[in-house]
This record gives sequence, C-alpha cells and structure tokens, in this order.
Amino acid sequence: MENSQIIILAIIATSLATFISRFMGALTSEKVSVKSKIFQWFNCVAYSTLAALLGRMIIFPAGVLAGSELIIRLVVMIACVALFVLTKKNLVIPTVFSAIFLSFLINF
Amino acid sequence: MINSRVFFQGLISLKGSKSPAIPLGACFIALGALLKDAGFNIQQSAASSLFTYALPGQLVMAESLLLGASVINIFIAVWLVNFRLYPMTVSLFPLLNHKSQPKWKYYLSCHFLAVSSWLIAKDSYKNINKRHRIDFWIGIGIGTWSTAILMTVLGYLAADYLNKDMLIGLAIVNPVYFFCMMIGAMQNLSMSLAVILGTVLGPIIYLFSSEWALLFAGLIAGTIAFLFGEKNGK
Repeated sequence: MENSQIIILAIIATSLATFISRFMGALTSEKVSVKSKIFQWFNCVAYSTLAALLGRMIIFPAGVLAGSELIIRLVVMIACVALFVLTKKNLVIPTVFSAIFLSFLINF
Repeated sequence: MINSRVFFQGLISLKGSKSPAIPLGACFIALGALLKDAGFNIQQSAASSLFTYALPGQLVMAESLLLGASVINIFIAVWLVNFRLYPMTVSLFPLLNHKSQPKWKYYLSCHFLAVSSWLIAKDSYKNINKRHRIDFWIGIGIGTWSTAILMTVLGYLAADYLNKDMLIGLAIVNPVYFFCMMIGAMQNLSMSLAVILGTVLGPIIYLFSSEWALLFAGLIAGTIAFLFGEKNGK
C-alpha cells in the first residue's frame, strides 16, 4: 500500500477509536443523574484516569519529552506547581515559565 | 437555536488567567512538527487534529506509524489511550443536560471533549444557567478545537525552525497546565485522593502493562477514592 494511503487509514482509525469513547459517553450521560452515586463514581474515575495519564506523561513520556532527564522534568513540575500556588492560581505564568525553565535546564 | 451570548461567554474562556490557549498551542505546535517528521503532509496533519482532536491518541498514532504498526493495532492502541474520554464525558454531560435542548447538540459537541476543554467546563459550569450550559460548552469547544487545528498547521510550517530543545520546552507546557488545573480541582477529600492515587498508580501499572495502565489505574484509584468519600461523607 502507498504511504499516503496508510496515513489516511491511520487518521480514520484514530478518529473513530477516539469518537467512540466520546459518543458512548454522551449516550450514557442521558441516563445518569447529577445527584446519583454513579455520577460521583464516574467523576472520581475521570479525575483518576487523567491523573494517571499525567503521571505517565511525566515519568514515562512519549514523543520529544523522552529526550529530557526525569529529574529535570520533576524539578520543572514542582517549581511550576509552586508558582501556580504563589500566584494565586494564575495559569499563564507557570505554563510560560515551564517551557523556558526546561529549555534552560537541559542546556545547563 | 444556540444562545449566542452564552456561546461567546464560552468562547472567550480562551483568554484570561486560566486560559487553555497557551498549553494547547504549545502542544499542538509540537505535534505539527512531529507529524511532519512522521511523513504527513500539511492537509493530513490538519485533518488529524480536526477529526481526532486528542493529543495522546495522535501521539500514539504517529509513533505507531513510525514503528510500522498495522491499522488494527493503531486502532486498539488509540482506543485504549483515549478511553479516558468516556468517564470524562459521563462526568461532564449530565451537568449540561437540559430537556429543552435538542439531542444533536450533545451528540455533535461530544467531539470537543478533551482534557483542556473538560477542565475549563468543570471549573466554570456553575456560573451558567442550566438551560444554556450546552451552548456554553459548544463555545468552549469551538475555541479550543480551532486553536488546536490552527496550531497544528503552524507547527507543521515552523518545523524546520524548531530545534529539539524548543520542542521539549513546548512539550512540558501541557502536563504542567493539566497538573495545576487538577490541583485547583482538589476541593474535597475524595477528589484529592482520586488525583493523588491516579498520579501514583498510573506510572506503576505502566511498568507491567503499557497499554492497559490508564484504564486500570483510573478504575482502581477512582473506585478507592469514591468509596473513601462515601464512607467519610466526602
């Protein structure tokens, strides 16, 4: 198969695999009441899954981030969270700072 | 059909001190450059963000393609990594539900569900009248989605000018943003437990099974946090 056909198939497969979860979620939501226990459970599972993804992104990153050292990523993360708390939950400052700080540290 | 005042209220959540535009821009610029590396042309790169719009899944796709994985394998790997969108949708859409709103709005706008838009919506839905919350969500979604597509194109075009250090710098922005937003969301015991346990269990289970890690870590940590919250009255 030609390379460009494989890419197009991969885009379709990726988009379908992603949309299934979103659409199933929309269908399930029609039967879930905000006050129910099952809603609370889904809420906890959603936050946990997200946190798990985040933990994995920092400890075992995919893509270019894998080219930096773990200890440097942890230092940047801790510094940015501290900055987030210090700036009374401003998100622009820690996010901009994180890119600059990490680029600085890997060249230090 | 769509309440434009509420729609724009959602759309302008792109600016301000909680703006998701910077992290979204940073990570999709990095993705655009990566897709160019993986042999995509500019239309394919834009189409990937347009139709998938979920960064971890797109990363898995690009890496699998580089490794020469089959389309079926890509489908399964992406489904597993993006399955998180299912509990995320179920923990958001009931909050946006209103019987006066047509169902197609929900079925179409679920495509906008991604971590950044979800965190913004969870953070601000309370300020919006229940009747119009879905329009607010569509506003957030259109804003974040179009930012992602534009930035993918920009990253593709800028790929030759971005060196490795710059790309690594761009890639850290997104996890930092997510982490700060999650800490902002830790407002009660069960929520804090869900976040902390998930962060710890995610990488640990990844050591045993890279594909199933997110699913298992989310289920185990979330269920423990839920039960603990029930027992201690939150």
